[in-house]
Amino acid sequence: MALKSAMAVTGGILVLFLIAHMYGNLNVFAGQEAFDSYSHHLRELGEPMLPHGGFLWIMRVVLLVSIIVHAYAAAVLAIRANRARPVRYQARKRVQRSYASYTMRWGGVLIALFAIFHILHLTTNHIHPGGAFDSPYERLVAGFQPEFFYVTLFYILSVIAVGFHLRHGIWSALTTLGANKASRERPLNIIATVLALVITIGFLLTPLSVTFGLVE
Amino acid sequence: MTELFIEGDPIRDEKAPEGPIEERWDKRRFSAKLVNPANRRKLSVIIVGTGLAGASAAATLGEAGYQVTSFCYQDSPRRAHSIAAQGGINAAKNYRNDGDSIYRLFYDTVKGGDFRSRESNVYRLSQVSVEIIDQCVAQGVPFAREYGGLLDNRSFGGVQVSRTFYARGQTGQQLLIGAYQALERQVAAGTVQMHTRHEMLELIVVDGKARGIVARDMVTGEIQTHFADAVVLATGGYGNVFYLSTNAMGCNVTASWRAHRKGALFANPCYTQIHPTCIPVSGDYQSKLTLMSESLRNDGRIWVPKKGDDKRDPREIPEEDRDYYLERLYPAFGNLVPRDIASRAAKNVCDEGRGVGPGGLGVYLDFADAIKRMGRPAVEAKYGNLFDMYQRITGENPYEVPMRIYPAVHYTMGGLWVDYDLQSSIPGLFVTGEANFSDHGANRLGASALMQGLADGYFVLPNTINDYLADGPFEKLDEDTPEAKEAAEAVRARIDTLLSIKGDRTVDSFHKELGQIMWDYCGMERNEEGLRKAIDRIRELRDEFWRNVKVLGENDELNQALEKAGRVADFFELAELMCIDALHRRESCGGHFRAESQTEDGEALRHDDEFAYVAAWEFTETGEQPVLHKEPLEYEYVEMKQRSYK
Amino acid sequence: MNITLRVWRQKGRDDKGRMVTYKVEDVSPDMSFLEMLDVLNEKLTLEDEDPVAFDHDCREGICGACGVVIDGVAHGPETTTTCQLHMRSFSDGDVITVEPWRAKAFPVVKDLVVDRSAFDRIIQAGGYISAPTGTAPDAHAMPVPKTDADRAFDAATCIGCGACVAACPNASGMLFTAAKVTHLGMLPQGQPEREARVVNMLNQHDEEDFGGCTNIGECAAVCPKGIPLDTISQLNRDLLGSLASGKAE
Ligand SMILES: Cc1cc2nc3c(=O)[nH]c(=O)nc-3n(C[C@H](O)[C@H](O)[C@H](O)COP(=O)(O)OP(=O)(O)OC[C@H]3O[C@@H](n4cnc5c(N)ncnc54)[C@H](O)[C@@H]3O)c2cc1C
Ligand code: HEM
Ligand code: HEM
Ligand code: SF4
Ligand code: F3S
Ligand code: FES
Repeated sequence: MALKSAMAVTGGILVLFLIAHMYGNLNVFAGQEAFDSYSHHLRELGEPMLPHGGFLWIMRVVLLVSIIVHAYAAAVLAIRANRARPVRYQARKRVQRSYASYTMRWGGVLIALFAIFHILHLTTNHIHPGGAFDSPYERLVAGFQPEFFYVTLFYILSVIAVGFHLRHGIWSALTTLGANKASRERPLNIIATVLALVITIGFLLTPLSVTFGLVE
Repeated sequence: MTELFIEGDPIRDEKAPEGPIEERWDKRRFSAKLVNPANRRKLSVIIVGTGLAGASAAATLGEAGYQVTSFCYQDSPRRAHSIAAQGGINAAKNYRNDGDSIYRLFYDTVKGGDFRSRESNVYRLSQVSVEIIDQCVAQGVPFAREYGGLLDNRSFGGVQVSRTFYARGQTGQQLLIGAYQALERQVAAGTVQMHTRHEMLELIVVDGKARGIVARDMVTGEIQTHFADAVVLATGGYGNVFYLSTNAMGCNVTASWRAHRKGALFANPCYTQIHPTCIPVSGDYQSKLTLMSESLRNDGRIWVPKKGDDKRDPREIPEEDRDYYLERLYPAFGNLVPRDIASRAAKNVCDEGRGVGPGGLGVYLDFADAIKRMGRPAVEAKYGNLFDMYQRITGENPYEVPMRIYPAVHYTMGGLWVDYDLQSSIPGLFVTGEANFSDHGANRLGASALMQGLADGYFVLPNTINDYLADGPFEKLDEDTPEAKEAAEAVRARIDTLLSIKGDRTVDSFHKELGQIMWDYCGMERNEEGLRKAIDRIRELRDEFWRNVKVLGENDELNQALEKAGRVADFFELAELMCIDALHRRESCGGHFRAESQTEDGEALRHDDEFAYVAAWEFTETGEQPVLHKEPLEYEYVEMKQRSYK
Repeated sequence: MNITLRVWRQKGRDDKGRMVTYKVEDVSPDMSFLEMLDVLNEKLTLEDEDPVAFDHDCREGICGACGVVIDGVAHGPETTTTCQLHMRSFSDGDVITVEPWRAKAFPVVKDLVVDRSAFDRIIQAGGYISAPTGTAPDAHAMPVPKTDADRAFDAATCIGCGACVAACPNASGMLFTAAKVTHLGMLPQGQPEREARVVNMLNQHDEEDFGGCTNIGECAAVCPKGIPLDTISQLNRDLLGSLASGKAE
């Protein structure tokens, strides 16, 4: 029973992270200095109360735990769902369910895989299309050059997947936390759609503007 | 006529107390022996049926501490046919301060029953009605309320006071779910053992006492014997003998009939109520009829074309070619005459060849005037859900085209004979709800069946059954008890026979044909010639059934055709008794209209001097003469008068 | 019209089951779906073939006994019960696939008949108000605001058919459970047991092998009684309240 609440709470944390992260990414438009200092600033946050990079690590731990709990809960629910219907239907038609709700599970896995690739790419820089750099800004700009269109494409697809995941996820989290009422059903759905769209577009702006040379 | 039955000794209700009518129920409760709580655990009760009457009794007796075993043929007790009641439930709460009282409800019910019910019983029903509403509200039944938060009431079935409590058009559902939840609470507490998908097929009588039942597990086919210190039947009505009725597909007479065969008297079998506002038959594949709430008659106008065979679109038939026959015949009451009168009038115009729709079996119920007068939104607010239901079933839009309605069998006032304690003529066998004959006489008022079912189950039976159980627990029995063995054997043999006939007609085709005979000759209007013809045809058809029915499959599986075959077999025997009862009662009263007994202008004519009695029939043998026992009815409080609605 | 049916046939719990194709001729558009199955069964019986078993009783949309999945949708293409679905919703020549509810909690008994007793056990776990007979105060002792009474009523109209479970991709019984929690929770009479009720009913729900709800909403979309999706949110709210107050373990 607690699974659902865990799912909603960890999902919520992940959403907050995404919003902050999106805001951070949009710093590319302020130029390399601003972006790198933002990245640097992240590591200094909380000093001197926390050691260098302390805030970042706390955040990473929270994120990691959230993801693990979230994925664990998702897995348990998926297993239960599978067990709950051992014999499948021969004919299947959806009545109202959205594509977003349909793809939660595999969409989520895709996002997780993306996140791993993404960290290897931009945080640890183990993967470095366009060459390794110390400046996050340069990694980013290099990674999304038009010749690495496949990297960009992967990012775009993943971000769209995130959008779908959030479209249903935000609505679902709000319902799970008891916010839904008949009179609120529409507003909640609108909130979920708008938030998901904002986050998707916000994320897309960065790599696309690099690819199209708006940022270099 | 004597060749059809034998007249036996009169009977009396030994339990009915004497004295002022308001004090009789108190008196009986006081004189009934009590069972102390510690002993209740040692006493067991079987309750067959989980409708309002059965579920409420099981919950109450379980709570009181008896060991209850409960049965129903559906997959869940919540599906008993009480669930389908739409209109409401009466209670003499007088929340409206409109002059209602226990006495007035009593008076209306006795009069509405056309003076063929017992005054003592009806008075008790009215008294108890008050507590029913309190009980249901406490359980969370969401009755309709007004803005002030208090319960809403409406008037129903032409009475002058507003005493009907309702929950939109789903009153029966909400009341039943209340009782069902109370029942499930006892199941969880371990006081009630529930057996769903079990059908009672025989009663076990040992030393003259009802001591158990034989039931078939409808999933595995296992024939089981269950024992208890008392048996309660709450198995509903038998309207399905007509094949088409507003009853659920599974409603049957089997439990009552098996008890009747074991010695329980069957009272007034011919009293059936035919409801005037049902959706007409659309083709011969039709499996059941759907009731449209009677409230439609408050604003709709009923008419047929003046000339027969008028094939015009109803909207194109001008006023002068329409016959608003109820308004014409009964100017004082118009479209609001009681059920039996409205039904018969519809039948008459259709018999004259003026009926509308497929087969000419229908009359128009027209809302065009109401829509003009009140505006469509107001009509929608009042009747929207009924209009939707009509449209769903017929595919026609009643806002545009007049609805078509026709009468249909709806309720059976007859049932197993019981005394004031609700005990049948077999000691230890109690009967509650629609299955007994007790409170409605020859005609039931709208919204009174729910009241009776819950009165019996929550308040009456739990205060009378103790008088019987106080002498228990009785001797322990098991499946080797000869009577039990014999009963189980009889059940097995019957099933084997049904499966081995392997004829070439389906069960349904027999049921349909039987239903048609009953509808034609023992329906809204009966006469001697028709009834005699019906009896002959029923006997022939019954013989053919036992020679030529085709039931596939085995006993040891879910076998719906087998279930149905057993029920239809019992309907054949019941049908014959209904016709004999209708034939012997040469008067018109309530739901029973004998063509030979009418006034000059075609109204029902009672013969109180000859027929003011309950006809309680004793079973002898299939196809042999049953024995008639008369229970005279006396009226001390309400003066016997002919009904008139002119 | 003429119809081709693909129907799930399964002799008993342990049989594997399979789809079988039948033709039904001369179907009238005014027939209900179940009457069409009656016609098929009459025909099968005369041909010495076992008739198709399906659950039904009232045939007027209120008892909740009927219910099959028609072309992948619980109760078929109209939002109503199977017994109130009419053949005019189909066209001549259609091939219609008919399957039983699919859920571990609803094992198939035979053909299209399933065992829904899990629902009864969820009610046993707390879907009631404890009100022993004869102890009730006067019905007017406790007024109930009309809006609460109406909301309770909307939730109380659930007929226990199980279509919500059949339609849910997770085979969750959440809408059914939530309808009862909401019905009783909206009424003053239901308050004393409110916190325990939601926890006990949900525990039983999970024990019966229903899946968990991920707020997909197919349940409410097929529910013949229009039980609103927000009852699930109401249930969640009650659950959080109950967890917060420490009533749940
Ligand atoms: C469409 C319709 C609308 C109605 N509307 C109203 C109304 O508005 N107001 C009103 O007062 N009355 C109304 N009535 C009448 C009223 O609903 C019934 O008379 C009443 O509900 C009967 O209740 P019951 O408990 O006696 O039987 P039921 O509710 O019929 O229950 C019978 C029970 O017996 C069980 N059973 C039967 N046979 C067997 C067997 N052989 N073995 C095992 N179990 C068996 C069944 O499983 C079921 O549980 C209406 C009736 C119908 C059909
Ligand atoms: C391992 C990878 C992931 C999987 C398998 C996964 C799966 C799921 C599933 C099945 C749901 C169910 C919806 C529900 O219960 O209502 C869900 C909800 C959600 N997910 Fe994910 N997800 C994953 C990763 C993520 C990530 C990385 C984020 C954030 C960016 C995220 C955000 C959310 C949110 C906000 C919800 C809504 C919570 C709720 O439903 O209560 N998920 N996820
Ligand atoms: C497409 C747009 C995105 C861009 C341009 C982008 C860019 C970056 C960059 C530059 C970093 C490194 C920051 C640093 O090391 O200081 C980073 C880290 C990270 N990003 Fe993204 N990101 C994008 C989308 C996403 C999405 C959709 C997710 C989540 C699913 C995500 C999750 C992360 C995580 C988890 C980190 C690691 C944080 C850490 O632990 O240091 N990013 N991103
Ligand atoms: S919630 Fe709707 S679909 Fe589910 S059981 Fe109740 S009525 Fe049927
Ligand atoms: S479809 Fe299933 S996932 Fe929840 S909202 Fe309905 S129970
Ligand atoms: S048969 Fe009762 S709801 Fe369909």
